[in-house]
Amino acid sequence: MAKITLRKLAHTYEGSKEQALKPLNHVWEDGAAYALLGPSGCGKSTLLNIISGLLEPSEGQILFDDQDVTASGTVERNIAQVFQFPVVYDTMTVGENLAFPLKNRGMDQDKIEKRVTEIAKMIDLSEQLDSRASGLSADLQQKISLGRGMVREDVNAILFDEPLTVIDPAMKTDLRIQLKELHHEFGHTMIYVTHDQTEALTFADQVVVMNQGEVLQIGTPTELFERPAHTFVGHFIGSPGMNIVEGKLVNNHIIINDTLCNILSGYDDVDNAQIGIRPEYCALSASEGLPITINRVEDLGKHKVVRAIYEKSDINIILREGEEIEADMNHVVFDSEKIGIFKNDWRVEHD
Amino acid sequence: MKINRSNIIISLYILFLMVPIYWLLNMSLKTNQEILSGFSLWPQDLTFDNYITIFTDPSWYDGYINSITYVVMNTVISVAVALPAAYAFSRYRFLGDKHLFFWLLTNRMAPPAVFALPFFQLYSSVGLFDTHIAVALAHTLFNVPLAVWILEGFMSGVPKEIDETAYVDGYSFPRFFTKIFMPLIASGIGVVAFFCFMFSWVELLISRTLTSVDAKSIAATMTRTVSASGLDWGVLAAAGVLTIIPGALVIYFVRNHIARGFALGRV
Amino acid sequence: MTKPINQRAWFLVLPVLILVAFSAVIPLMTVVNYAFQDSFGNNEFFWVGFEWFEEILRSERVHDALGRQILFTLIILVIEIPLGVFVALHMPRKSGTWTSICLVLLALPLLIPWNVVGTIWQIFGRVDIGLLGYILSSLGFDYNYTQDSFDAWVTIIIMDVWHWTSLVVLLSYAGLRSIPDAYYQAAKIDQASRWSIFRHIELPKMKNVLLIAILLRFMDSFMIYTEPFVVTGGGPGNATTFLSIDLVKMAIGQFDLGPAAAFSIIYFLVILLVCWVFYTVMMNTGKVDG
Repeated sequence: MAKITLRKLAHTYEGSKEQALKPLNHVWEDGAAYALLGPSGCGKSTLLNIISGLLEPSEGQILFDDQDVTASGTVERNIAQVFQFPVVYDTMTVGENLAFPLKNRGMDQDKIEKRVTEIAKMIDLSEQLDSRASGLSADLQQKISLGRGMVREDVNAILFDEPLTVIDPAMKTDLRIQLKELHHEFGHTMIYVTHDQTEALTFADQVVVMNQGEVLQIGTPTELFERPAHTFVGHFIGSPGMNIVEGKLVNNHIIINDTLCNILSGYDDVDNAQIGIRPEYCALSASEGLPITINRVEDLGKHKVVRAIYEKSDINIILREGEEIEADMNHVVFDSEKIGIFKNDWRVEHD
Repeated sequence: MKINRSNIIISLYILFLMVPIYWLLNMSLKTNQEILSGFSLWPQDLTFDNYITIFTDPSWYDGYINSITYVVMNTVISVAVALPAAYAFSRYRFLGDKHLFFWLLTNRMAPPAVFALPFFQLYSSVGLFDTHIAVALAHTLFNVPLAVWILEGFMSGVPKEIDETAYVDGYSFPRFFTKIFMPLIASGIGVVAFFCFMFSWVELLISRTLTSVDAKSIAATMTRTVSASGLDWGVLAAAGVLTIIPGALVIYFVRNHIARGFALGRV
Repeated sequence: MTKPINQRAWFLVLPVLILVAFSAVIPLMTVVNYAFQDSFGNNEFFWVGFEWFEEILRSERVHDALGRQILFTLIILVIEIPLGVFVALHMPRKSGTWTSICLVLLALPLLIPWNVVGTIWQIFGRVDIGLLGYILSSLGFDYNYTQDSFDAWVTIIIMDVWHWTSLVVLLSYAGLRSIPDAYYQAAKIDQASRWSIFRHIELPKMKNVLLIAILLRFMDSFMIYTEPFVVTGGGPGNATTFLSIDLVKMAIGQFDLGPAAAFSIIYFLVILLVCWVFYTVMMNTGKVDG
């Protein structure tokens, strides 16, 4: 196991002008579970393949502990990877599939057998150990891939590239919980790529949010939720995402189109500010705050989401259980504590 | 392009393929005298006389025209009848469909030598001997089964929902087939046309048996020249080089589909 | 995918049926007709039962031709299939100009008329004017394909390898291209050896196209006529007289219609039988892999 350090790492694909991955410095702590979260094509798979050694970065270095492995291949890095679609060896049985990485490394037969039995039990495939892998459903095949990724005990890290794409929604939760347990049990460094925020937030200790080749924020799920560093993070995380309204900040007064909304403290003046507030921290009011037009109300059972519009910005408001909407409630107020101020999409810090 | 083991192996293999062709080209640019008098890796006395002979002598160039005529006829007929049949096989089940499909394939397995004589008698008796259409029809026997098989493969790759949507939208079958379905399997049709062209163009035995003068193919012209006038190597080589050109052009046009095409759309 | 039953689909199949019936069934009937009858000319035929079949089945000449045919087909399958797979494994995996050039050049021999293939090798192998013959004889080999049976066989086998291996390459290449990159990456991570990758990833994925390749190569080599006919004319002696050459000699050369027809039917049935076995195997493996 190892600590993985990225130093000024960047990548441009051959023949492309745009950087698929913008310069990045980061340390992946040993034994932690990370998620790389972002929309399709944001560069997260590129980053993953650079870490696994399947792709050589065009700039920068990558270190395992203190050793530079930028030019080393996958084998020397001693990592395991699970891919988006099941990769199983059709000619082998489930057991042989699981044993394959160990066998190639010359482990002795008894140990292999013990380890395979162990893993099979964990991923719930003990009964299928002797059946041919090619005849199984995609779910089970992907479990084999997961198992093969986990079977080696000495790996530096296990990388997952959207591993639950082909899995049935009902099974997804199960597998995610299993993965989380495995992480606790073995303490491998795990990096999990996904575009699904629920997967990322439930799996990882630390979530790395990426967009357009750039890492926007690295933090715990709570940090991403409460203090997004970038409007994209605010928007991407949460359901619905953060509301963003154009406005300005004068003497700690938030002014949106000449309406004074909230009074904060500790900020410098910002002329073209973006005011970010999560739907959870908005409330409807009959007279105070911004005037809005309510389009519809969605009842999600546990809570209601009010879909409204102010000028040209969408405003979503989450009503807690028991809160009711009255006919004259056509204004919205923000909770001052929870407001985030952004400038050019990046968060503005305050004292 | 990196110089590595794979590229060396591929290059060597391609060299092995090209050297005999080069040798043919080399000979076609020599005079007969030079060919027979000595051995040289390239023409010492470059001449285009052999080609000029072919382009000015009707008994030669007619061979090309005849060959191309029946090849094109064959390709059109094969594709036209194979399209609806392949659609039926890919979309419906009907009485005896599997047997019919296999029976069709068996025709591809028939040795042309078996059919040479009966074809001769059949087409003579209906008065089609020594016509382009006779050769074209005879070749369909070998091309249609393959065409149906390849097209069926491509068509099965097109989701059935497309047909249903089109019918719901009020398309008639012929209009749906020509306007919507055929463009979707265009590459399959290209591959089939390529195969029909290929087989019909390279075949000798049947085309020679079914023609004598008016529709004589270039292949027949070449083999008969050898036996008749003996050793006009230069002209023979030039004629050979000229038969390679249409094939090379056709491959160039389908180059992006070659691999999938040769796998008969089954990959 | 379940297909609906629709008997009207027969109408779509009808054109093919009529066409193939015209060009297959009628000629085949002629062949069958001849196979059971004899004639002394003047279009007078009389029934001879299985006499011709017995004659053919006992004929040493046909046995020899069949023996040569089987040996030839086996040799070229043993050479062309592994060689084709080997070359395909070294084809560039990414598409690009170089790949296109390779594909076009590879496919070229397949598009050359068969008699020209014969002509090319007829010239290429000649000691006086051909590169191959010239080099071999100047290296001290006593090479002459028109005199020596062994040399004739070598020439024809090399010619067939030259002519048809590309088909195997292209088919295998198509199979290899359908393997997702993730398989190779996973294999790398699992530290699989080159052999394991071939054995457990590439070969299983190529299985179907390889079956097609073997089927096509079996069929076409079993029916080979034009190329050896042009190069050696079946000689020296009968050394390269394969089934088709023998059949044409019998039917058109000697006009022995009865035996030739019986020969045709047996010949066709042998190919059909082998192909049927292949077809069944192919369809069944297709089902297992879904």
